Amino acid sequence: MKNSVLLGTLAFAGLAAAGASAATLDDVKARGSLNCGVTTGVPGFAEPDANGVWQGFDVAVCRAVAAAVLGDPEAVTFVPTTGKTRFTALASGEIDMLARNTTWTFSRDTDLKFDFVGVNYYDGQGFMVPADLGVSSATELDGATVCIQTGTTTELNLADFFRVNGMSYEPVPIETGAEAVQQYLAGACDVYTTDRSALAAQRAGFEAPDDSVILPEVVSKEPLGPLVRHGDSEWADIVRWTLNAMISAEELGVTKDNVEEMAASPGDNPEINRLLGTEGELGAMIGLDATWAKNAIAAVGNYGEVFDTNIGESTAIGLARGLNAQYTDGGLIYSPPFR
Amino acid sequence: MSDAHAHSVAFVRDSEIPPAPPPAAETGVVKWMRENLFSGVVNTIMTVIGVFIIFYLLSGLIPWIVNGTWEGASIRDCREVLQGNGGGCFAVLRERWAQLLFGFQYPSELYWRPTLAFALLFLAVPPVLFFKLPRWMLVFTALYPFVAFWLIWGGTAITPIFLLLAFVAAFFAFKEGEKRFGFVAGLAIGLVAFAIVAFIGDFVASEEPGWLRITSVPSREMGGFMLNMILGLVCVSLSIPIGIVLALGRQSRLPIVKGFCVVFIEFVRGVPLITLLFVANVVLAYFLPPGTNFDLIVRVIIMITMFSSAYIAEVIRGGLAALPKGQYEAADSLGLDYPQAMRLIILPQALKISIPGIVNVAVGLFKDTTLVSVISMFDLVGMIRGPILSSTAWVGVYWELWAAACVLFFVVCYGISQYSQWLERQLRTDHR
Amino acid sequence: MTTMTDPPQADGFRIGQLINDTRYRSYTFQFIALLALIFSFGWLINNAINNPVLQEVGINFGFLQDQAGYDIGQRPIEYNSQSSHLRASIVGAINTLIVAFLACATATVFGVIAGVLRLSNNWIIRKLMSIYVEIFRNIPVLIWIIIIFTVAANVLPQPREYRGEDAAYSPLFGVVAATNRGVYIPRPYFTEGIGAQEPAAVEVDGVSTLVAQEVTSSANWLIVFGVLLASFAIAKGISVWASRQQLTTGIRPKTWYFTAAAWIVPIAVTLWILGLRWEIPTLQGFNFRGGIVLQNPLLALWFALSIYTGAFIAENVRAGILAVSKGQTEAAAALGLRPRRIMSLVVLPQALRVIIPPLISQYLNITKNTSLAIAVGYMDLTGTLGGITLNQTGRALECILLLMAFYLTFSLAISAIMNVYNNSVKLKER
Repeated sequence: MKNSVLLGTLAFAGLAAAGASAATLDDVKARGSLNCGVTTGVPGFAEPDANGVWQGFDVAVCRAVAAAVLGDPEAVTFVPTTGKTRFTALASGEIDMLARNTTWTFSRDTDLKFDFVGVNYYDGQGFMVPADLGVSSATELDGATVCIQTGTTTELNLADFFRVNGMSYEPVPIETGAEAVQQYLAGACDVYTTDRSALAAQRAGFEAPDDSVILPEVVSKEPLGPLVRHGDSEWADIVRWTLNAMISAEELGVTKDNVEEMAASPGDNPEINRLLGTEGELGAMIGLDATWAKNAIAAVGNYGEVFDTNIGESTAIGLARGLNAQYTDGGLIYSPPFR
Repeated sequence: MSDAHAHSVAFVRDSEIPPAPPPAAETGVVKWMRENLFSGVVNTIMTVIGVFIIFYLLSGLIPWIVNGTWEGASIRDCREVLQGNGGGCFAVLRERWAQLLFGFQYPSELYWRPTLAFALLFLAVPPVLFFKLPRWMLVFTALYPFVAFWLIWGGTAITPIFLLLAFVAAFFAFKEGEKRFGFVAGLAIGLVAFAIVAFIGDFVASEEPGWLRITSVPSREMGGFMLNMILGLVCVSLSIPIGIVLALGRQSRLPIVKGFCVVFIEFVRGVPLITLLFVANVVLAYFLPPGTNFDLIVRVIIMITMFSSAYIAEVIRGGLAALPKGQYEAADSLGLDYPQAMRLIILPQALKISIPGIVNVAVGLFKDTTLVSVISMFDLVGMIRGPILSSTAWVGVYWELWAAACVLFFVVCYGISQYSQWLERQLRTDHR
Repeated sequence: MTTMTDPPQADGFRIGQLINDTRYRSYTFQFIALLALIFSFGWLINNAINNPVLQEVGINFGFLQDQAGYDIGQRPIEYNSQSSHLRASIVGAINTLIVAFLACATATVFGVIAGVLRLSNNWIIRKLMSIYVEIFRNIPVLIWIIIIFTVAANVLPQPREYRGEDAAYSPLFGVVAATNRGVYIPRPYFTEGIGAQEPAAVEVDGVSTLVAQEVTSSANWLIVFGVLLASFAIAKGISVWASRQQLTTGIRPKTWYFTAAAWIVPIAVTLWILGLRWEIPTLQGFNFRGGIVLQNPLLALWFALSIYTGAFIAENVRAGILAVSKGQTEAAAALGLRPRRIMSLVVLPQALRVIIPPLISQYLNITKNTSLAIAVGYMDLTGTLGGITLNQTGRALECILLLMAFYLTFSLAISAIMNVYNNSVKLKER
């Protein structure tokens, strides 16, 4: 708590406070830290470790933006949000950006007045069932009891899927992933449904992961990405292009380890040079230092590195790149050019 | 006749028999058992049922505790050690104990500060609870909030010192003002004095931020049982004065004041705390000027304080109503004005009657602080439901964690309620 | 207590009197208080009006007409994912009322039993009840709800354990199945009565038989209710008649068989005419189908609230019974009353007077605590309107306003009803 805020409140100084907030970039710079909304804990995506340091795939986006704007990946205040609070937290200015498994949908982008700046993970809703149930397809689930982790578009996709296929089901909506898993493991529901990435992450933590199978059906498109408030395009540009810088860096072979070297001795690839600020004025165009992208990459690594260290196949979560491979490798991850 | 038979009697006792012990069934354990356990058919059946229940509970509980393991870094280690012998995996408590108490974000090298603040609590609270302790010890109580604030949140000591000074200044200004201009003017002067000193303090703190500075911890990083304690203590202590004002307002003859108090109290008592927390979390931001960024913890404190002050107001209203009308009339006939009558005659008696009720509200409130876990704050329950249960190392460890939560809450709440019962006995002897 | 007894001033009104004269001072205070109120509310509302987000999005309850899109487990009325948010909210509100009503009833039962047993002369039972009361009173209800939900999921059998010839479990009496997803009980329905259709011809083994179809009109249930009401009136009449006989002749006629007949015969005849049938839950596929299901979240919430609040009610009951002085019991015994009649005629009526006011506030607490359903996924109003609807539409302000309005109305209604009842049992003082 800022002391002056406390005193100000006590003295009713708040009565005099007025005036709309300035541009988000100025706020962040003045504050010296980025307020970034994350989940309350999804392994691999955003989760505090045993020392209370936030780690994960979404967290890396926050850190990259902080590094680009403030030059310090640690200058982030992580604000855990639930499905209920995330939008108001962003709308009311409590957080500057939301990097939390949030699906980019039409109504959220338009009706709720937010701007999705890109997609950092292409997900889809899936089903997990015990292997001994003998179910091989989600279309065999008529009459099943389904545990749902609430707070995303999960409930709606589920309802649509069962209705379209003319099947009935009993929903058991649970707020936290941990409790939903607990119900599933106790056999209180036949099926557990949420985003496939979360299914894989949670299955990895089971006592016997092989006793559960993730069904092949993907019942929804869940492009997850960071979002910002509507109406501050400059700030939206910064977040968007920080994400793009991470993606381009992977495509161009810039990694956490070689980024300093590449910046120090510019090579002959003009796009790398523009990205790292050794050529052109890209940083100035979005109101940042020339080295903004270099800082971001040096702090967290490129997109592929972030993926591999947090959720990739070498981790306990073990997600394959799949749709989230670079477009050159048959995936959907694609950054517009830096020029 | 008696003469005739005197010779035929073979033996006549000429000394007293030594007293025999009562029959085995009428003494000691057996008597107690006959009276308390087997005094009838129904009673015997109930005893058997009771023994069966106790046996059932203990037969599950004892192996769980005795066989439990305290070693291991994850549930897999536990499973290896236990080999399915029914023991509990208490290693999770050992490994995550600090997180359960302080949340996952409070810097671990600073754990001594909230611990010290908690220890000082035992110095600060008894003077309020036990009337027999010397009055001067109340100084500890008065100083405690500022010390605890400094210890837990850190930062420069100037802020709490000047806050304390502001309160002192306000108190003396009020005393002086009241003597010269009356109660209301005194109150106004006190407020002004408070604001002036607080303003100076704010200024000084911004000029000299390094003075007596200890590492400051933002309130986002509060968590675990500490958060429950902070919320409980802060909200109860804030809501008592507000509750008194509301209770007086509800009894007032001024229709607007009374109307407002009635509407406020009934509104707050009519809605669940969880909706008020939703308001704090989701809606309150709309009603504040853009840019004012209260911490969630401050918003939650405001809402819980509102909530508990309405309940405390009702308890105090009961105390006010329980006073004989003669007390009010006596105060009036002495020529005391309203503030004097309340301060000198009515409130001291009414508050004394209300203390057990207030303590009950406090216990209820302390338990209700667990609801903040629903709005993504990591109190004790939030820590268990969120980070610990979802961590890959401890997925599937429920009972040990919930048992720990139960024990922590039980110790505190049972302690307070025992105090409340003790106090009720004390107060009862005063009246009879 | 402002004194109003100052002598009236001879000269006219002066400004100073607004502060110094007790007659006018109250107006000054109220004026200031009113100003302060208007100012602070105005400030809050002004902020909301000027809020950039609200200005863009606006306050609009139109979303209630939109399609909800999600399903609800426990549906007391017709609902599917195509229904509107408004209907989802109504389903949630009914669910709130259901669990609040059930929990109030069972909490009273638990509380009365535990409260009476705490005064029992059996040491073990007394101590057990004290432990029950202390444990449940001193641990937050949220923890209890979660623990009981977890226990229910882990201890009760899965539906599939009922499957097969040599199943590990079989339904109780062949009709009630308790699983870790919920308890399935038979559902009564009618085949005749209002709204009945012509029996449909069904061919079984080549023989065409007429099979009556289920009547869905709820008017039939109203008939049943009306018959029960009539039975109650008749039974009451018999008891009044018996009392009158007792007053004139001194002997109370035996009436229990009349009363029993008045209760049993009409309802049995009605049900037979209406064609009562039972739908028995059977295991099909993943779950039991048919019958009424009380899902686990409902049961866990119901049980947790009952047993938690029961501990508080036990204390109220104990205090109420102890508040009746021993002289009352002794006086009743001296009049020759039997212990049971002493309890029902002398002790309980007096104890009730002490018990009921705190009981009302416990009922209110249960009602408000039902909002914790959100922790176990029971779709009450907080779960639908304040949960998924809020999540999906993002209309936080509107949803929470409606949510608060509902709870407020409900709480005020309960306390109004209960106060009326409380006044009726209150000691009539002259």
